[in-house]
Amino acid sequence: MTEFRTPEEELGRFRRRVLVAGIVALVCFGLLAARFYYLQVVRHDYFLTRAEDNRIGLVPIVPTRGAILDRNGVTLARNFAAYTLEITPSQVADLDETIDALSEIVTIDARDRRRFRKLLEESRNFESVPIRTRLDDAEVARFVARRYRFPGVEVQARLFRDYPQGEVASHVIGYIGRINLRDQERIEERGDTANYRGSDHIGKSGLELSYETELHGVTGVEQVEVNAGGRAVRVMSRTPATTGSDLELTLDIELQKVAEAAFGDRRGALVAIDPRTGGVLALASKPAFDPNLFVDGISTADWNELNDSPDHPLLNRAIFSAYPPGSTFKPFMALAALTTGKRTANQAIADPGYFSFAGRRFMDDKVGGHGMVDLHKSIVVSCNTYYYQLANDLGIEGIAGFMAPLGFGSRTGIDIPGEAEGVLPSPAWKRGRFKKPEQQRWYGGETISVGIGQGYNAYTPVQLANALATIVNGGQVFRPHVVRHVIDTASGERRAIQPEPIRQLAIKPAHLAAVREAMVDVNKSGTGARAFAGAPYSAGGKTGTAQVYSLKGSKYVAGRVRERLRDHSWFIAYAPAENPTIALAVLVENGGFGAQSAAPIARQVIDYHLLGARLDAPAREDAEAAEAEDDTHAGHDAEPTP
Amino acid sequence: MTEPRFSPLRLLVAAIRPIDPILFGLLAVLLGYAFVLMHSASPERIASLLVNAGVALAAMWLAARLPPQRLLSLALPLYAAGVLLLIAVDLFGETSKGATRWLDIGITRIQPSEIMKIAMPLMLAWYFQQREGHIRLREFVVAGALLAVPVALILVQPDLGTSLLVAAAGFYVIFFAGLSWKLIVPVALVGVVGIGAIVGFGDQLCQPGVDWQVLREYQKHRVCTLLDPTQDPLGRGFHIIQSTIAIGSGGLLGKGWTEGTQTHLAFLPERHTDFIFSVLAEEFGLLGALLLLASYLLLLLRGFVIAAQAPSLATRLLAGSITMIFFTYAFVNMGMVSGILPVVGVPLPFISYGGTALVTLCLGIGILMSIQRSRVLAKG
Repeated sequence: MTEFRTPEEELGRFRRRVLVAGIVALVCFGLLAARFYYLQVVRHDYFLTRAEDNRIGLVPIVPTRGAILDRNGVTLARNFAAYTLEITPSQVADLDETIDALSEIVTIDARDRRRFRKLLEESRNFESVPIRTRLDDAEVARFVARRYRFPGVEVQARLFRDYPQGEVASHVIGYIGRINLRDQERIEERGDTANYRGSDHIGKSGLELSYETELHGVTGVEQVEVNAGGRAVRVMSRTPATTGSDLELTLDIELQKVAEAAFGDRRGALVAIDPRTGGVLALASKPAFDPNLFVDGISTADWNELNDSPDHPLLNRAIFSAYPPGSTFKPFMALAALTTGKRTANQAIADPGYFSFAGRRFMDDKVGGHGMVDLHKSIVVSCNTYYYQLANDLGIEGIAGFMAPLGFGSRTGIDIPGEAEGVLPSPAWKRGRFKKPEQQRWYGGETISVGIGQGYNAYTPVQLANALATIVNGGQVFRPHVVRHVIDTASGERRAIQPEPIRQLAIKPAHLAAVREAMVDVNKSGTGARAFAGAPYSAGGKTGTAQVYSLKGSKYVAGRVRERLRDHSWFIAYAPAENPTIALAVLVENGGFGAQSAAPIARQVIDYHLLGARLDAPAREDAEAAEAEDDTHAGHDAEPTP
Repeated sequence: MTEPRFSPLRLLVAAIRPIDPILFGLLAVLLGYAFVLMHSASPERIASLLVNAGVALAAMWLAARLPPQRLLSLALPLYAAGVLLLIAVDLFGETSKGATRWLDIGITRIQPSEIMKIAMPLMLAWYFQQREGHIRLREFVVAGALLAVPVALILVQPDLGTSLLVAAAGFYVIFFAGLSWKLIVPVALVGVVGIGAIVGFGDQLCQPGVDWQVLREYQKHRVCTLLDPTQDPLGRGFHIIQSTIAIGSGGLLGKGWTEGTQTHLAFLPERHTDFIFSVLAEEFGLLGALLLLASYLLLLLRGFVIAAQAPSLATRLLAGSITMIFFTYAFVNMGMVSGILPVVGVPLPFISYGGTALVTLCLGIGILMSIQRSRVLAKG
């Protein structure tokens, strides 16, 4: 900073500074130009993608779930629109305060609050979570008038699943529930993730689960341009959702009601099949539950009540519980005898009231025996001795070999999820079942018990019903099915569930006829006679009693055993005898003898099916049958007699 | 001398005379950009932009008509008034968005810091003019003090952006007045090393617990956001990220006028004000951006030429400073929206929406015109 300078020097210096400033500006602008080039040319593609990602949002359009109808078009599951009160947590300052304030306008009970808390944990913050579902019009009006006080709270119309029949057929229809983590995994495994974007609910049991794909439909998608707030500004394209297909069942809901009513308070199961097609006419499991409880998420109290009940109402006994078939196994054994040639229909044995094997006595129920017993009589009076001998002659491999094609011990493939396999005992099965070598060995005495449907035998009601259907329709094994048509709601196209038999058994019609004649006489003069007294049609049947508890050596007296230890009562039946349109298996847990509680239920169901006669009262127990004690309890005395 | 007769033509010539055609042409181009971009970014503001532009052009014309001496004579009162107003703002100003920047004077709210953008270089140019031939270290110290007072007053509002702009405006005068390189270079070096350190050690410095002492938390936040916008993708970082996306997705030729998706779907924040450059870059691409850069460069070139040819020390300093202010606005704005400078509230000169800024900048153009004209008059 020299002090004395000429104006020219000053000017020159100033101009140099201007030049420096100009160069700085030029360099800086060059830097900007380079930055623009980098962003707009070098990384253009990247940013273009980012801009597109920003811009386009995909909004799923959730399809309407298909309805479920019975064979006559009666609605079993449907959707209805209802208002829900929903809260978007991220937009609410104090949740508790808001809910308290809301509860002054609409009813919000403790259960709603608990469910809200639970859903809140599962949801993402920006999603709206329902606090109250199914508001009535008055509640909606009250809320709308005060809406300004509740930012982040809104009323939305949503579709709900409704099961108008309540408990009736609940084990068949099943229920839907909110998609949980496990469902999510299953959806991912199926590769169906995209289709469930936006869906809240999924089938959890019954047909709602097994026909989930058909019922759910195809999720549509709306391509929308969204702004920075995520709000849709403009719809660019729209692929509408495809409504789920309706299911038309083979089930007759009226018959189902009759069946369920016939059980009264008793526990048990009934499976009625049309033997001509394998279509399930009724499938009951008692006690049942109300599927409506599950739709919005079941409350803990309701859940505990269902889950902790000793009666296990959630258990589908018709397809999952396997019981020894007792004497209902005898017609099949008889058929095995004829088919294998071990017996002819006319061959008779002398029944002393017991069968001796390896130093043990296998007892008949009738003290002193039934005298001379041929195949026909063996079924009509349910003679154990005949079948002890027969089992011994057939051998366990022979029995298992004949029974397996009838479907015993394997899943029938019914279109309801959760079917059990049951147990068709055989040496191979025993080897697989037990670990210790001594347990794995098959004993001859065990074959004898199997012959009368006791021992390791365990079949589900649906297996028994389907096996019966097979022997009354001439040997065709069908896959039992509850759904008759899957109806495309858009096109109205009806896809039939195949009634083709999965196999045809090589059983001679004469042999089938012999067994069936005997079964008809069971209901005329045998163990089923009282239950079918006065029937204007002829029906075939067979009682059975599944042993629950082995009373070692002592005589079985129902009254002295605690109810839960009483034998299970079985009855299988078909009608009309000439051209059967229904074949059914009834099981009443701890119902005592087959004739006692199961047969009257079968009678009511067949009456309704053939005559349309309806009795809403539970089938009364046949007290005399109980006294008669005319059924099998042989397994009780499988101990060596002294 | 005969009494000039009333003639519309003569009146028009008289009105046009103070206007420098080159500066005006460049200003027209820039205002043209403003209208084109506003039509895309916020068409409902076109009318009020028209009004703003009218007022700004009137201010320019008035300033252009005044001889530089008259302008410089306003320096001291303007500066004094500005400082007093700033004190008033700090004492009882209106608070908005956490900063106290406005003073309600009944009819309108004024932002005294804006006045300072013009008053500051005027004041210093006037001061150096007074000391012409005796400019030594003492004079630079005084000039520094004159600069420091308003800058400090604006800084406490707090308004980092404006205080830096005012500081820059004053610094340019001091720089052109001949402040020794021995003083400039070390300070610049410290600055470069400081910025380098922030960039280099950004990760550590931006940890939540680290207190930066000099800067407020939000200012630290801005710097850190610049270093890594993804740290705050929905807050401050959102602006930078979305703006960079807008610019980058524009490509070479842009998406076309009013076709910018970032702009029209509200991803761009403040798209009609500070971020209007992103609209340009998105819709007109690199080509549009470079044309704008070129327009600014020509404007700077014209300003520097005027400065270099200015008749007196004060007019030189003033012209140089004003030109550098234009540069600073343009560079800082485009630098911040393209993600190489922190986000500070600096408008894109002549294009961003905002009446005060437009009037101030056009006043600057008017002053340049006045200086240019005084040179012509002096020659003649």
